[in-house]
Amino acid sequence: MKGILLSILTIVKPRGESVSPRKKLENSSWNLTKSYKNRIREFLIEKIIFILGITALLIMGLIFVFLIQTGIRLFEDVSLGQFLFGREWYPNATNARFGILPMIVGSIMVTMGAILISVPIGIGSAIFIAEVAPPKTKTVFKLTIEFLSAIPSVVLGFLGIVVLSNWVRISFNLSSGFTVLTGSIVIALMALPTIISVADDAIRALPGEYREASYALGASKWETIKNVLLPAASSGIIAGVMLGVGRAIGETMAVMMVMGNAVQIPSTYLESGRTLTATIAAEMGDTVRNGTHYNALFAIGVVLLIMTSVINTISEWVLHRAQREGK
Amino acid sequence: MVNTVNEKNMEMKRDRQKKIREKLMFGLFTLCMLAVVIPTLLIIGFIVVKGIGTVNWSFLTEMPRMGMKEGGIFPAIVGTLYLVLGTIIFSLPLGVGAAIYLTEYAKQGRLTRLIRIAVLNLAGVPSVVYGLFGLGLFVFFMGFGSSILAGSLTLACLILPIIITTSEEAIKSVPDSYREASLALGASKWETIARVVLPLAIPGIMTGGILGIGRAAGETAPILLTVAAFFIPRLPGSVFDQVMALPYHLYIVSTQVPGMPESIKYGTALVLLGVVGVFFAFATIIRLKFKQMSHLD
Repeated sequence: MKGILLSILTIVKPRGESVSPRKKLENSSWNLTKSYKNRIREFLIEKIIFILGITALLIMGLIFVFLIQTGIRLFEDVSLGQFLFGREWYPNATNARFGILPMIVGSIMVTMGAILISVPIGIGSAIFIAEVAPPKTKTVFKLTIEFLSAIPSVVLGFLGIVVLSNWVRISFNLSSGFTVLTGSIVIALMALPTIISVADDAIRALPGEYREASYALGASKWETIKNVLLPAASSGIIAGVMLGVGRAIGETMAVMMVMGNAVQIPSTYLESGRTLTATIAAEMGDTVRNGTHYNALFAIGVVLLIMTSVINTISEWVLHRAQREGK
Repeated sequence: MVNTVNEKNMEMKRDRQKKIREKLMFGLFTLCMLAVVIPTLLIIGFIVVKGIGTVNWSFLTEMPRMGMKEGGIFPAIVGTLYLVLGTIIFSLPLGVGAAIYLTEYAKQGRLTRLIRIAVLNLAGVPSVVYGLFGLGLFVFFMGFGSSILAGSLTLACLILPIIITTSEEAIKSVPDSYREASLALGASKWETIARVVLPLAIPGIMTGGILGIGRAAGETAPILLTVAAFFIPRLPGSVFDQVMALPYHLYIVSTQVPGMPESIKYGTALVLLGVVGVFFAFATIIRLKFKQMSHLD
């Protein structure tokens, strides 16, 4: 209610009188010193800056246009149903098949696995950083987490091959350690920094009054965290988790290196699987431009783009709402 | 009397239980934190320990020999340097310009909101999709072929959102009073931005730029599709040449070449981690210094 009133007030406020002192200064500077030439320069610069400003929008648009334009040509040869729900992927066979269901399932499984591992650990770490850790420890741990997010995925993939896959193979007594579980663990490590930093921001953005009021009622620190802070920060935490999901679905190199890439719908986490991203990266080198296989890989790109865009838009929306609630 | 004593006892007992539960939970959170920090340190330590024996001057400056199983990784290092340089040239002016537009010129409205949504969405686009985009637009449509130019442009698009957001933060953190003082002295809007606002925002912009470049140096999937060569035993002659690059080289030596000696794999991983680490360290130092400076305001 208060918000609505405020927004009405800002709309109703008379336009003519609301020239800020800064605007006035900017206007008067024209009259005082600026020659005609300078005015042209300012005009040109403003236009150039405007063009730079809309580049991001332009790139986003071009990404959609180029991917969809190429990807859509696949459907001259294959129907949408066969593409999305087909279980067979034989791009180079004489009777080529382009079903990506195994990859969709693979991507979803590895993402879910990663989220199951990283969410509890991530939220626990965020609480630790925001509420429990002494300041010095906090700085050191935050730096470490930031560095974790800076480690290239190909390095994590490499370690996945030489260390983690062996560990998985031996501890589950498998013939090969390149499994969906291996991928999930590596991806969990990559999603953790996102989840931790967004959740930590959300908890710390809460007004100090929340804590003080809770302590004043006799609640302990843990009770305050559990009953006051976590519920209040829940939107921000959810947004962080969703951003982590987006990162996990889009991750390419590490999963390609550790999951074995077998085209099959894995029935357990201890089998090999393949993701959408890995298919693009692994097979693009074998394609001919504008061939069906090439178009199919772009169509997979479109599927990925739609998945991540939806996830990111929702999480941004949740985050935005959380910030407004915080105020 | 007996009653109150009992109640007091009960209360103390409950308090103690509360304390124990709190201790337990905090211990759990500490464990969570350690479950993130310890693997990170182990990863770094493991690669440093295993790779340090390989990395020496000749490993860094020699051409690969014998199907990359011997010799150094010089072309991959040079390739990554070229790519990083190209990425800076394209992304920094573009990103800073966009940030200036968003903070200083843009009016609140539908277009500005659309730009912001685009920046947020760009940040979430998977890197392999950037690769497809670069392949479609730069390699084929614009006809650059698989080249340094195409790769740099693709990586520039990839790190653009990072540069825009951090530059925007930096420009926004310059107090309005600075702008007003400059305008009051008769400077025009652009003069104010170029001589007052940007110089003050440079540390923040640099932090973002360096973090972005660190990211670009480590990305594999986009360059896999737009520039990277499996093996070229010479250095590039122009921006239209293909190059080898460190992350792609690590991918190749660890998965594509059978019988590759372990030492070269770990050495390459260490060099790549080192490059990224140096960028990260620079960005962190500048940011910490900047934080101290901003107390002056």
